[in-house]
Amino acid sequence: MLYREAGQYKIAYATDQQIFPILQDRAAFAALMILAFAIVPVVGTEYWFNGLLIPVLILSLATLGLNILTGFAGQVSLGSAGFMGVGAFAAYNFMLRVDGMPVLGAFVLAGGCASVIGVLFGLSCHRIKDFYLIVATLGSQFFIEWALTKFGWLTDYSPSGVITAQKMVILGVSFDTPVRRYLLVLAVVVIMALAAKNMMRGAFGRNCMAVRDMDVAAGVIGINVFRTKLLAFGISAFYCGVAGALWAYAYVGTVEPQAFDLDRSLQILFMAIIGGLGSIMGSFLGAAFVMLTPIVMNIVGTALFGHAIDAGIVANVEHIIYGVLIIWLLIVEPHGLVRLWQIGKEKLRLWPFPH
Amino acid sequence: MARVWLATAHPIDEGSVEFFFEVLIGGLLAGVMYSLIALGFVLIYKASGVFNFAQGAMVLFAALTFVNLVGYGLPFWVAFACTLVAMGFMALLVERLVLRPLANQPPMSLFMATIGLAIVIEGVGQLIFGGKAFGLDLGIKDVPIAVGGVQISKFDLFAAAVAGTLVLVLGAFFNWSPTGRALRAVADDHQAAMSIGIPLPKMWRIVWAISGAVALVAGLLWGSRLGVQFGLAVVALKALPVLILGGFTSIAGAIVGGLIVGAAEKLAEVYLGRYIGSGIENWFPYVFAMLFLLVRPHGLFGERRIERV
Amino acid sequence: MNARNIVKRSVVIAALGAAVSMAVPAMAAPNEQYFPLIGWRTGPLTPLGVNVAAGYIDYMDLLNKRDGGINGVKLAWEECETAYKVDRGVECYQRLKGNGPTGASTFNPINTGVVYALLDRTATDKIPIVTIGSGRTDTTDGSVFPYVFPLGTNYLSTNTVKIKFIGAQEGGMDKLKGKKIVNLHMDSAGGKETIPLLDAQAKKYGFEIIHVPVAMPGSDQQAAWLEIRRIKPDWVILREWGVAPAVALKTAEKTGFPINRIVGVPFAGTEDDLVPAGESAKGFYVVHPYPTGINYPVIDEIKKYVYGGGNKGNLQDLTRMGLTYYNMGVTYGIINTEAVRVAQKKFGNKPLTGEQIQWGLENLNLDEKRLKELGVTGLLQPIRSSCKDHEGGGAAKVFQWNGTALVPVTDWIQGDKSLTRPLIEESAAKYAKEKGITPRDCSKAS
Repeated sequence: MLYREAGQYKIAYATDQQIFPILQDRAAFAALMILAFAIVPVVGTEYWFNGLLIPVLILSLATLGLNILTGFAGQVSLGSAGFMGVGAFAAYNFMLRVDGMPVLGAFVLAGGCASVIGVLFGLSCHRIKDFYLIVATLGSQFFIEWALTKFGWLTDYSPSGVITAQKMVILGVSFDTPVRRYLLVLAVVVIMALAAKNMMRGAFGRNCMAVRDMDVAAGVIGINVFRTKLLAFGISAFYCGVAGALWAYAYVGTVEPQAFDLDRSLQILFMAIIGGLGSIMGSFLGAAFVMLTPIVMNIVGTALFGHAIDAGIVANVEHIIYGVLIIWLLIVEPHGLVRLWQIGKEKLRLWPFPH
Repeated sequence: MARVWLATAHPIDEGSVEFFFEVLIGGLLAGVMYSLIALGFVLIYKASGVFNFAQGAMVLFAALTFVNLVGYGLPFWVAFACTLVAMGFMALLVERLVLRPLANQPPMSLFMATIGLAIVIEGVGQLIFGGKAFGLDLGIKDVPIAVGGVQISKFDLFAAAVAGTLVLVLGAFFNWSPTGRALRAVADDHQAAMSIGIPLPKMWRIVWAISGAVALVAGLLWGSRLGVQFGLAVVALKALPVLILGGFTSIAGAIVGGLIVGAAEKLAEVYLGRYIGSGIENWFPYVFAMLFLLVRPHGLFGERRIERV
Repeated sequence: MNARNIVKRSVVIAALGAAVSMAVPAMAAPNEQYFPLIGWRTGPLTPLGVNVAAGYIDYMDLLNKRDGGINGVKLAWEECETAYKVDRGVECYQRLKGNGPTGASTFNPINTGVVYALLDRTATDKIPIVTIGSGRTDTTDGSVFPYVFPLGTNYLSTNTVKIKFIGAQEGGMDKLKGKKIVNLHMDSAGGKETIPLLDAQAKKYGFEIIHVPVAMPGSDQQAAWLEIRRIKPDWVILREWGVAPAVALKTAEKTGFPINRIVGVPFAGTEDDLVPAGESAKGFYVVHPYPTGINYPVIDEIKKYVYGGGNKGNLQDLTRMGLTYYNMGVTYGIINTEAVRVAQKKFGNKPLTGEQIQWGLENLNLDEKRLKELGVTGLLQPIRSSCKDHEGGGAAKVFQWNGTALVPVTDWIQGDKSLTRPLIEESAAKYAKEKGITPRDCSKAS
């Protein structure tokens, strides 16, 4: 009834090709943006920004990056955290060594550095396919972790091997309060997500999907498979690199190379799959689910049993439930949370007259 | 206090042939330990096409169960048998609750499901056995024995012997027993195997149980080296380059891959590490395997698929 | 999927929502000092998380049950599970910092990554972090890090204790000349932290130091030990943790290196690290700022008041009482509560804010007399902190593993601050410059 496209005529190509062709979608998106940019900063508490929203947004961005590579181009990667690390350390070095470096400029260059490393390791995709490709990305993961620890220059010879993010000042405004940091992260994430959405609707995105679905066939119809894969590696690493820089600058402040270890890579892959491979929206849903479920369970668990049962048992039961929840989700909906969303939309279209 | 080197240990010269052989043999024996873990992966991947991330957790769970049973006063072989039964029971549950509902799903979803499984197994293990570390003594005093100026670890030799026996037993099973042959048929072609009446779920149960048994053996050998503690699950990572080098579908590949990776990483650490910085053991096997794959994209013994449109 | 399923699902979601709204923490009674505990009880590092929390909570419980709190102010605490992850740690911090009548007293994350993430936040929120036996060493400089307290003994001090011990074993520091020492360290940020200090000591005492890295997580160390065999050192310093120490000691045995020439850092030599190595670890020396053992009056008191009369304390497995991690937890309890006691003298016997407790932490004076009153002589070293010096102690004891337990072989050995202090100040100054912090003038601090 409410969600219906009947009567919305498209009389120009531009209207047919816009990101949200349906009026209701446009309205919902606008409402979401108003909520995120105008309402949340006013009503949100510091706990919401620092504890939940900022990390979820940053990890969504990294998941989005991985999704471009794995979900759209079909190349499995376990190196996302490594590229985040490259981003964080590159941003630090640009800020440190270039006088008057603007923060956003450093973020872009950091993404560029990650991109270069991503393409270098991605070169192996010329010959290696499927699960075998995991080895190349794992190699990059461990190599980056090793290099960041090994070469003192990268951490400006800090004895403890950590970097301390410099202050973020953009156009004279210092981004030092939780609200401002949240807005900065949100703005970067929204812009990059819209860019990704557009890229995936364009020629490059369609090339990617053709390569994913069957690369031999894609080659036959004239798509340069190798170039498409490499481009996917580069763009994906760029997104991860920017996410890493944001992680260091807008979230933790002081960061060590071990913050970008294999566990983080696995977590990001997890987010992409739970959310739904090959979907921009899924990246956000997946990141939110993977990040927030354990926290919600912890809050509920402590509230219900905190004083009656040993905390160790509660924590372990939460852990087990989380694992079961993942398996259950995959059984119920192997295509991820985003599929549930799509089904919901289909239903809404027919509601209230499903027959 | 004077320097107190053990009698068998003698200082060595880095340029000598003995030193080279010591590094090489040490690497090969370390590789056997990696192969042990890789075997579990291969068995499951072959029969069900699942890249089983939970293998590390299974190794941990098997070792924990065994150590605790021994702790309750059970003799070695009884504890061993009981743990085998427990792993079999686990295979039953996994097939019924995870694999069957997820049949015919994309490999990525199955891979994710095994990560969920790993989380559950670790949680259950900790819930039952608590989080502390246990010592595990197989009764082999690990003193070096000298063979022609080269020091070799007694324990590593024992581990290699166990791994060798295990491979022989598995090989015999797959080649001569009816079940083993059925499993090979399943590995070759699921559809064809089903159409001639091989029950797929039963085969899955069997192969997961066998993989559980391999996990137990790996758990005992690795556990007696690292101690039986929750960090034991990380050894699974060591198996990945081995798998990739040897191919996901070949038992022989797991062994040969293990030997190559073990020897290559130790030689690189000792001889190459001097020039580009030490501590390269973590990434070297992967880069090595990657370079290898550029030449042979399906590993040493992996099946070469013909791609058609 | 049909419509019924969706309905079912929304019911589940609604129920979850309701549960979350219930989870708003119960209002604490007004006369309470609130301590948040952001620890972990799952994952590979469970023994550390569980037992430190148990020692900490049991000590606070003892004060409540025996003395009715601190000067009439009851102690309250709440746990939050971080699973040893940085983002979960930050979330827990944000969730708990405002609870209790006066907000969080202190935070005690035993996770270096979480400490890094909280450096900025705690300085803004004016809540002290106490990082006994973990964290970032240069936070010892209180003029740059007013809200971080690595009280007791930091990594660098333990390292100088080790060299002093090795010197004593060789028959005097002058005998170190010409000796070879290998620093076998984890190839991570934390593992490399002591390299500059060891280089400085090598120069001062004239011994040769060789740094041999071990790739994380250290489950195979054959190459490193072959390297050590080639170097033929007189001593090996073992700077490893996790699964690595057990592997190192087993590999040392395999290589034929004498175990009683290896000296480990605290986290290489707790009972949980050495039990897996078993007999192989016999003779291994460890430097511990938090001695093991149950023969201290305070442990007896805990047994009597907290566990006596069929009551249950926080520890599930009572055999773990008196082991390193538990005693470390008791140390956490003592230092945190003593800081409250000191601060109460200045601000009155009422629940205090984090900022007030920061003053207490900065003016701690646990001398021998006070330690005896607390019943912890031998368990805790004398600690006297100041605005400049947030470490306060700097001593450690050396223990030796006899195959089943750690046996003390020395009394407190004082670290060498003349060596560690310049490195700490240099690193802190760099942090201050990067962050644009003007260091406090400690001569004016009250």
